Amino acid sequence: MISSNSSTSNSPIYLDHAATTRCDPKVVEAMLPYFTEMFGNAGSRNHQFGWQAEDGIEIAREHAAKLIGAQAKEVIFTSGSTESNNLAIKGAAEIYARAAAGQTGRGHIITAAHEHKAVLDPIRRLMREGFDATFIQPPPDGVITAEMVKAALRPDTILVSIMWANNELGTINEVPEIGRLCHEKEVIFHTDATQWVGKMPTNVEADQIDLLSWSGHKMYGPKGVGGLYVRRRKPRVRLEALQDGGGQERGMRSGTQNVSGIVGFGKACELCFNEMESEGNRLLAMRNRLEAELKKRIEVTVVNGHPTKRLPNISNISFGFVEGESLMMGVREIACSSGSACTSASLEPSYVLKSLGIGDDLAHSSLRLSLGRWTTEAEIDSAIVMIETAVNHLRRLSPLYDLHKEGVDLSKIVWQAH
Amino acid sequence: MAYSNKVIEHYENPRNVGAFGTSKEVAARKDIGIGIVGAPECGDVMQLQIKVSEQGIIEDAKFKCFGCGSAIASSSLATEWIKGKTVDEALTIRNTQIVEELSLPPVKIHCSVLAEDSIRSAIEDWKKKSGASPASQSPMPVTQHA
Repeated sequence: MISSNSSTSNSPIYLDHAATTRCDPKVVEAMLPYFTEMFGNAGSRNHQFGWQAEDGIEIAREHAAKLIGAQAKEVIFTSGSTESNNLAIKGAAEIYARAAAGQTGRGHIITAAHEHKAVLDPIRRLMREGFDATFIQPPPDGVITAEMVKAALRPDTILVSIMWANNELGTINEVPEIGRLCHEKEVIFHTDATQWVGKMPTNVEADQIDLLSWSGHKMYGPKGVGGLYVRRRKPRVRLEALQDGGGQERGMRSGTQNVSGIVGFGKACELCFNEMESEGNRLLAMRNRLEAELKKRIEVTVVNGHPTKRLPNISNISFGFVEGESLMMGVREIACSSGSACTSASLEPSYVLKSLGIGDDLAHSSLRLSLGRWTTEAEIDSAIVMIETAVNHLRRLSPLYDLHKEGVDLSKIVWQAH
Repeated sequence: MAYSNKVIEHYENPRNVGAFGTSKEVAARKDIGIGIVGAPECGDVMQLQIKVSEQGIIEDAKFKCFGCGSAIASSSLATEWIKGKTVDEALTIRNTQIVEELSLPPVKIHCSVLAEDSIRSAIEDWKKKSGASPASQSPMPVTQHA
């Protein structure tokens, strides 16, 4: 019954673009010569092979900078957002620390509880090394405002790290306002913009950002390459390198550059810059239709996160009385994610959903559907029918749905947890 | 995670889905034992109902399950196995047998434990309601939780 006949295609529908994206064939095409013909080391200053590699990197840097409204010199290439976040957070904390290593009271860092682990874990490490941190609890809509950051500021705050858009919910934090506040207070502001850049207009000048992380593979570029914007003036931001060696990337990231990857990253930035507006509108219309149809067809369907302050391509939806992993099993033709415990190694439901206070049962019942460049209207049509069919199948099996229909308030039942 | 064919088969065609009436109706019936184990916040709830004859034979069984595919398959399989058995025979079913039959990976062993618990819990409930003297039954084995 699950192989719904509504889908005419045999290949799965990819609705997991927040996890990663297909590399655009134009990106691959741009990269290929840098493997076999222009294979030089960009650090080789005395021959053509080196010059070609360096040219490739510098063109990529221009495209990357243009996408975020920065100067080319302000972009550092890394292996991806995790490295960019680590370098930004640990590198800034070391430079702006108020006490020497080994001491306590080295400075206060502000972040939010529903940030990505690649921000939370570096900050937790810094806490073991003498820094303090505040993890702002998000409100039910998931949006972190400048007011919330302001309330968390202390005289010894040295760094604020707030993501631009959340990877599980797509919710958009008040980044320009937080940037303005941080500049007023002379606190360094880092934003993990992995889900944001390439989809939404970005201008690090207007938005007053000091450090910004992003990744190639979330925007149709290759895996293993990312960028870190490091502001050069007003203020000139300094970072302690995490990796020492040949002094590449302004000394902030030593190691022979991944030339082909960087070229692909640059091409991906260029394509996103050109297609952003039309693509954003297309995705938003499809995403809204997906959500509206699912809510119309399936009762007790809740869209998680702020209704409008969200990226156009991400939808996080809970279907009451149905467990997320079993739902994914029912829609095996759709590649997507769930906040259910069963899909994680920890057997805990998504900490992001829990932080919004939506309740563990709805957290277990969530699907994250994220659209992208090759998502079609026909795929959305199929996905709607498949999800509806699977939810109905599972509700027929669900003791919780029976209780709901009998009018029992599930939150009032005392369960025998195991 | 790849599911075994047997898990997929039970997921798509679950056996003995349902209940013997609304929760109020079944609560009043002496021939029906109900086991509800797990909790929504843990991501799985299993409900097993057994209809037991005066001779202590499980004539029919129905289940409902909120949980992952392995939990659904474990409870579906449990209903198949206990139907026609005496309550004492049903109590000998071990979660390890379910793990083996469904080829469950280690991370899904708790699903089989829940299924075993639901059998135990339903039989206990029936015993209480029917007034079957615990002394006349074989002693309850200790549950081995994984």
